[in-house]
Amino acid sequence: MSGTAAALAADVRAGRRTARSVVEEHLAAIGAGDGEIHAFNLVTTDEALAQADAVDAKVARGEDPGPLAGVPVALKDNLCTRGVPTTCSSRILEGWRPPYDATVVQRLAAAGGIMVGKTNLDEFAMGSSTENSAFGPTRNPHDTSRVPGGSSGGSAAAVAAGFAPLALGSDTGGSIRQPAALCGVVGLKPTYGRVSRYGLVAFASSLDQIGPFAATVADAALLYDVIAGHDALDSTSIPEALAPTAPGVATGVDGLRVGIISEMLDGSLAPDPDVARQLRAAAAALTAAGAEVDEVSVPAAIYGLSAYYLIAPAEASSNLARFDGVRYGLRVDAPTTGEMQRRSRTAGFGPEVKRRIMLGTYALSAGYYDAYYGKAQRVRTLIMRDFDAAYERFDLLLSPTSPTTAFAVGAKSDDPLTMYLNDVYTIPSNLAGHPAISVPFGTGDDGLPVGVQLLGPNLSEATMLRAAAVLEEAAK
Amino acid sequence: MTATMPTDGVGITALDSAAGLPDGWEMVIGLEVHAELATKTKLFSGARNEFGGEPNRHIDPTTLGLPGSLPVLNEKAVEHAIRVGLALNCAIQPSVFSRKNYFYPDMPKDFQISQYDLPIDGEGWLDLPNGKRVGIERAHLEEDTGKSTHVGGSGRISGAEYSLVDYNRAGVPLLEIVGRPDLRSAEDAATYVSELREILVAIGASDGKLEEGSMRVDANVSVRRTGDPFGLRCEIKNVNSLRSMRRAIDYEAARQIDLIESGGRVRQETRHWDEASGRTLSGRSKEQAEDYRYFPEPDLLPVVPDPEWIERIRATLPLLPAQRRARLAGAAGVPATEASVVIAVERHLDDLAVGAIEAGADPLRTLTHVEHNLAVEGADKLTARAFAALVTMEVGGQLTATQTKAVLAELIDGGGDGDPRAIASAKGYEAMDSGSLEGAIDTVIAANVDQWERFVADPAVRGKLSGFFIGQVMKATKGKADGKAVTAYLQQRAGG
Repeated sequence: MSGTAAALAADVRAGRRTARSVVEEHLAAIGAGDGEIHAFNLVTTDEALAQADAVDAKVARGEDPGPLAGVPVALKDNLCTRGVPTTCSSRILEGWRPPYDATVVQRLAAAGGIMVGKTNLDEFAMGSSTENSAFGPTRNPHDTSRVPGGSSGGSAAAVAAGFAPLALGSDTGGSIRQPAALCGVVGLKPTYGRVSRYGLVAFASSLDQIGPFAATVADAALLYDVIAGHDALDSTSIPEALAPTAPGVATGVDGLRVGIISEMLDGSLAPDPDVARQLRAAAAALTAAGAEVDEVSVPAAIYGLSAYYLIAPAEASSNLARFDGVRYGLRVDAPTTGEMQRRSRTAGFGPEVKRRIMLGTYALSAGYYDAYYGKAQRVRTLIMRDFDAAYERFDLLLSPTSPTTAFAVGAKSDDPLTMYLNDVYTIPSNLAGHPAISVPFGTGDDGLPVGVQLLGPNLSEATMLRAAAVLEEAAK
Repeated sequence: MTATMPTDGVGITALDSAAGLPDGWEMVIGLEVHAELATKTKLFSGARNEFGGEPNRHIDPTTLGLPGSLPVLNEKAVEHAIRVGLALNCAIQPSVFSRKNYFYPDMPKDFQISQYDLPIDGEGWLDLPNGKRVGIERAHLEEDTGKSTHVGGSGRISGAEYSLVDYNRAGVPLLEIVGRPDLRSAEDAATYVSELREILVAIGASDGKLEEGSMRVDANVSVRRTGDPFGLRCEIKNVNSLRSMRRAIDYEAARQIDLIESGGRVRQETRHWDEASGRTLSGRSKEQAEDYRYFPEPDLLPVVPDPEWIERIRATLPLLPAQRRARLAGAAGVPATEASVVIAVERHLDDLAVGAIEAGADPLRTLTHVEHNLAVEGADKLTARAFAALVTMEVGGQLTATQTKAVLAELIDGGGDGDPRAIASAKGYEAMDSGSLEGAIDTVIAANVDQWERFVADPAVRGKLSGFFIGQVMKATKGKADGKAVTAYLQQRAGG
């Protein structure tokens, strides 16, 4: 495809290219390739061209068209888009068109970004392979017999396939970073509260965070800078203003202290050997660039997965109660309201969503709350404490993003527990609220992309992006 | 639910129960009051908080619980909650919103955001005008639900052809004020609600309208034999006025006693007051109560009010009814539980009364006028100075009680430019000096010798006869005489 988001925006801003030509080129690529990949639930051709023309008109009038002028952006289909169907890849939202835009969608548009479509996901973002979609799986552009990861598999695949230089996803337990790793692109989960969740259809409210996908670290920084910042519509939004990260991306890691999380290298949670090999190579690259790299233990991290599978389903069971056939989406008629709700939910939700609603409902039940939800929250506190201790000695931590490269479609879909293990390295950051990024670093024995993960304390995105840029350079 | 009468209440009507409880029985009442807070917008969004209107007009994505919408706490609602807490002597504490999960079509998210284990207002109390103190367990913020109308069938959700839902009320801020079971009569319960309403209105937290539902009361009623531990309680819902609340409580207590005395047992349950039949009807049983799966609302932060903010709010509180009663009682030198004091405060005439007393008016006479002669439109426009001047004229004997009332009425109508003297003289209410009064009385005695002899001879008939003489003197003096002065002179002339 035709270059990075930064380069495209620069061309459009300077009048060297029209936004329309950029968008048409990408729409053509989608038209040619997405039949096989199925990254998109919906391609918003008319809206995209109209937005592109508006950007071109601004350029023609000499107005500032924004830092993302004319850049196509793919949006995960759990972000509300005014008047445009938003499905969460679920039948239950059939026919629903939100009457409002998510805050990130507004910010994208204000920055001149062009929505080209809504991307596929595991239903309500519950999954690690994008196979749990009511509209069929997304394929990995590097090998279409493989999954793209998930739940933001459509967004990751869209960027990997060159359908859009940028995409937005959401990350509750690794749903940006894991598909980024499996598709060989950059994926950033910002600090909880850094990007407004207003208009993101909630999965687990205390863990959900919107973040960027891009082919390059610099592009990820560019998109992050556009969407980050306080939003009065999200009470958990962080009020502090921060300097943009993009200008400092290439400033290196000299003197930076980086800790390899020992449990995630050769401890109880060790990845496949080829993934471990790339992780060591990444550590060596950081050392070569002037960072001080050492191993560090984050003992409570091994309990992350268990705690996550209590907290996330618990919150989901409540968040998804509203899909009851009364106000919007699918309704299956019945003689009574209660029966209508039951039938609508039975027909509208897929098996993984039902499984998590049941798990979460159980975890919150009277008599079980303390043993499950309460205890999981205490584990969460322990994880934060262990991370805090690690961040007294290190600026960033390093781990694999996923234990394996992309696996075959269907390989894990019958075994939820094995599927859940995909997120073992990514979940602790969500529980702690900390930012983390996955950056491609070489390939595995199967020739498929491997991602490594950089983790940092709250609001360390700028530092993290600098280190990611060093790895990106070293992996070339 | 069918229309048949419940078997556990047969034979009892509110009429029977109004006679009072059988000897040895006591009722125990605890009230939960939901007050809609007087904010411009809803508890968690910018949609308008307004009563009535076209259905589904005061809505937005958050009110409808649309996917992706988020709650943002209304600061004014928190301020009102703090104000109420301070007025009820509650501890203002850090609080947390939780989700109360259950499916209901008029609840847009199928959970209600409510404060659960950590309410904003902790322990407090409310003093009733009769001096009884009622404990406040807590008061917490929560969002209201929408309203369903079930069309067809019995008008209930089951069996209805279809239901219409209006979400205008959804998300309206409520403060649930939970009283301790310290009340022992329906009358006290009504007084508690009136007093609470008075406070809410005085501090501007709520308009306190029971009829419009901006104030809603659930009554927990149980009975026990005096000295026994508390019995099992029933929660009575759907009481829309003080009168129906009193009736419902009396009925319910009588029902429970009847049940126990006939060998039955009270079941802990929710019961609905049916105004038409004057009964409470069984609702859902608490034993099968839903598991609400409360957990902290992750979309909202804990509320930790700045102590300085709390103090600023405290400084803006007006005098509350109990303080106003104390102030008036202090000024008048009577107990705060005195009926005239309670009534003066109830009618918001305590400023006037205190002002008049401070301007030198006789306290008891002032209170008497407030209690008996000022229950009229415009009484609040009376100035303390004019009122005091009038009372002083009366006490000084320049005006009779009858004349005083007439002048008072004129004053309230805005006559005499607010000067009672001007009104009195315009009406020809010349003060009678004692010489001419005695002369008038002597003339009356001379004309009624028989009666006078009986008056002198038999002290037992003097009460009755003095009425006769006063009437005659009034007639002779065209009402200018002071009844008390006439009696005194008659006694004196009769020789004590």
